[in-house]
Amino acid sequence: MLKTFKIGGVHPPENKLSAGKKIEILPIPKTVFIPVAQHIGSPSTAVVNKGDVVKTGQIIAKSSGFVSTNIHSSVSGKVKKIDLSPDSSGYPKQGIFIDVEGDEWMEEINRSSDLVKEFNLDGPQIVQKIQEAGIVGMGGATFPTHVKLVPPKGMKAEILLINGVECEPYLTSDHQLMLEKADEILVGTQLLMKAMNVEKAAIGIENNKTNAIQLLTDKAKSYKGISVVPLKVKYPQGGEKQLIKAVTGREVPSGGLPIAVGAVVDNVGTAFAVYEAIQKNKPLFERVVTVTGKEVKKPSNFKVRIGTATSELIEAVGGLPENTGKIISGGPMMGRAITSPDIPVTKGTSGILIMPETEAKRKTYMECIRCSRCVSVCPMGLEPFLLMTLGQKQIFDRAENEKVMDCIECGSCSYTCPSNRPLLDYIRFGKAKVGAIIRTRKK
Amino acid sequence: MIPALLWSVFVFGLDALRVTLIAVVACLAFEFVIQKYLMKIKPMITDGSALVTGILLAFNVPANIPWWIIVIGALASIGIGKLSFGGLGSNIFNPALVGRVFLLISFPVQMTSWPVNNRSGIDAVTSATPLGIIKEGISNGTPISEISKSLPSTVEMLFGEIGGSIGEISAILLILGGLYMLFTKVITWHIPVSIIVSVGLVAGAFWLVNPEVYINPVYHLFTGGLMLGAIFMATDMVSSPMNPKGQMIYGVGIGLITISIRLFGAYPEGISFAILIMNAFTPLINTYIKPKRFGGK
Repeated sequence: MLKTFKIGGVHPPENKLSAGKKIEILPIPKTVFIPVAQHIGSPSTAVVNKGDVVKTGQIIAKSSGFVSTNIHSSVSGKVKKIDLSPDSSGYPKQGIFIDVEGDEWMEEINRSSDLVKEFNLDGPQIVQKIQEAGIVGMGGATFPTHVKLVPPKGMKAEILLINGVECEPYLTSDHQLMLEKADEILVGTQLLMKAMNVEKAAIGIENNKTNAIQLLTDKAKSYKGISVVPLKVKYPQGGEKQLIKAVTGREVPSGGLPIAVGAVVDNVGTAFAVYEAIQKNKPLFERVVTVTGKEVKKPSNFKVRIGTATSELIEAVGGLPENTGKIISGGPMMGRAITSPDIPVTKGTSGILIMPETEAKRKTYMECIRCSRCVSVCPMGLEPFLLMTLGQKQIFDRAENEKVMDCIECGSCSYTCPSNRPLLDYIRFGKAKVGAIIRTRKK
Repeated sequence: MIPALLWSVFVFGLDALRVTLIAVVACLAFEFVIQKYLMKIKPMITDGSALVTGILLAFNVPANIPWWIIVIGALASIGIGKLSFGGLGSNIFNPALVGRVFLLISFPVQMTSWPVNNRSGIDAVTSATPLGIIKEGISNGTPISEISKSLPSTVEMLFGEIGGSIGEISAILLILGGLYMLFTKVITWHIPVSIIVSVGLVAGAFWLVNPEVYINPVYHLFTGGLMLGAIFMATDMVSSPMNPKGQMIYGVGIGLITISIRLFGAYPEGISFAILIMNAFTPLINTYIKPKRFGGK
């Protein structure tokens, strides 16, 4: 019996069209737009001005607090302007526009692809380098990694979990990275273990990626303390709390952080970024992005410089299909539809999904027939039908009592609803309002 | 439900089909007319819910019932049971059962004269249901061992060679239909199993204490529409609780009320009343019985 989490979950069609496609390097675009807020926390402060010449890997925006991080230029060239432009949220955000000239990297970056296994830094030094390199959670949540590595007072980390689940349909960037950079991910895992001062790490991978499980299991034998845990395919297993439950059997208490049960979760992409930052001196300025969709000519995995416009990625897979209805940043379950092809790839962009009109259209929704499927698939044990009504009717105190804040916004409820009700939309609305109420109460 | 319906047509002849068709057509028509002209909303008859109500209503009446009684039942089901609460999703009670109980109280004679096996070619003979026979026997002071002689065998009950409403007679086909719905995830096991187990346990306990007054629990399980109620009626999504724990409380409640009515009440069969009573508790159960929260105590 494969391990998995216990409550709820769904199994949408996997549609991993780009599985097994080698990671190709996307040509550097002519200009990039690098937002200064690519992570959860306070936006970074730009430290370059219009007209400045920057190199690839140079810091262009500095961390503005503990829960914040540095941002590096992904290209070399001249700063064109610092201005507002929409990011994947659809709202205009401040960012740095750079006109590309050549590709001149900072001297200290080691550009060879040789594997470097040995390291002699101690924990705090590793944490500091991770912070300097601007590494954030690359599964999509973009929480600054260095913050997770330093547990709050009175708590101790016991196990590091590396998230190679990739439970979202369509996406294959993590899968491909595991196949091509297995050793690097394992070294990155060891670096993270050292930083957290733990002896044990487990890499969770869903059983639809047997080649990655096989490869990493073999390679992990030569790395002390790292094991690979195959998991039953079930969405949303890549959710932090679901992964911890699946691998360790521990349940993060309602409202608590993973560290409350001694666990820290990092994505495989993050582990790879940590490897590059420490062993190669390379800050985070590029990432693997899956570009896919049923009508797309050539679904692919690309290594993309941060700040590249979505339109460049779409060109690279053969252009936008005619019947396109929506372009989604991320996977079909949790991703967001983007409003313009100019929106840039950021540190949290795991994929670009191009959906045909027929699938992108929302179906008309009908009355709730109280079939309770949403209740049975909710991985957090909530009652989505009730939370939706409470959101609609704006009864926020009851929504709070019914644990609306525990919702991880996985969308299993909306996915499974036979009446096509927009459950998650109203729950998100309620969650945002309840969150604001809780914050004002604390003040 | 299709296997049980086909068997019924086989046993009761085309009468069963006639009743079912009348019920379905009447339910669809009432739904359409009321939604369009009284509620002035877009009729939703294509959602299939009125169709199901019609079939379930037909399953709950004898095959020889006059057509106008079914039409009244359909009006009670759709008009009172469903649309007066706001339509699909908002009804507190199972519409088909509202219709059935309405008819049972209004037309007790027509609702309880059951035709039996019609395959021999002679005119339908009416007879009481097994539970009706037992009830009458006990109230006359006849010991069970005497009554048993006039009862059908277990095999006859399983296959439905007994008197009863259209859809209730063949336990085995109802169970097959239930397994199909379980397999296709239309229902979960919680409600049917908790009803069947609780009825079986209580009936079994009484039987063990005094087999001369209380009948073997097998009779309770395979007759009196218990399977129909447990599998097809109590599991109605709209009027049953929304999480497994609540569903089991609801199921046990139905089981206990059913057996209480059968053993101590005036009616020989009791599951329709039991389901309606527990339907009324559903909102309460939903409010107080919560699913197990992730990370909760």
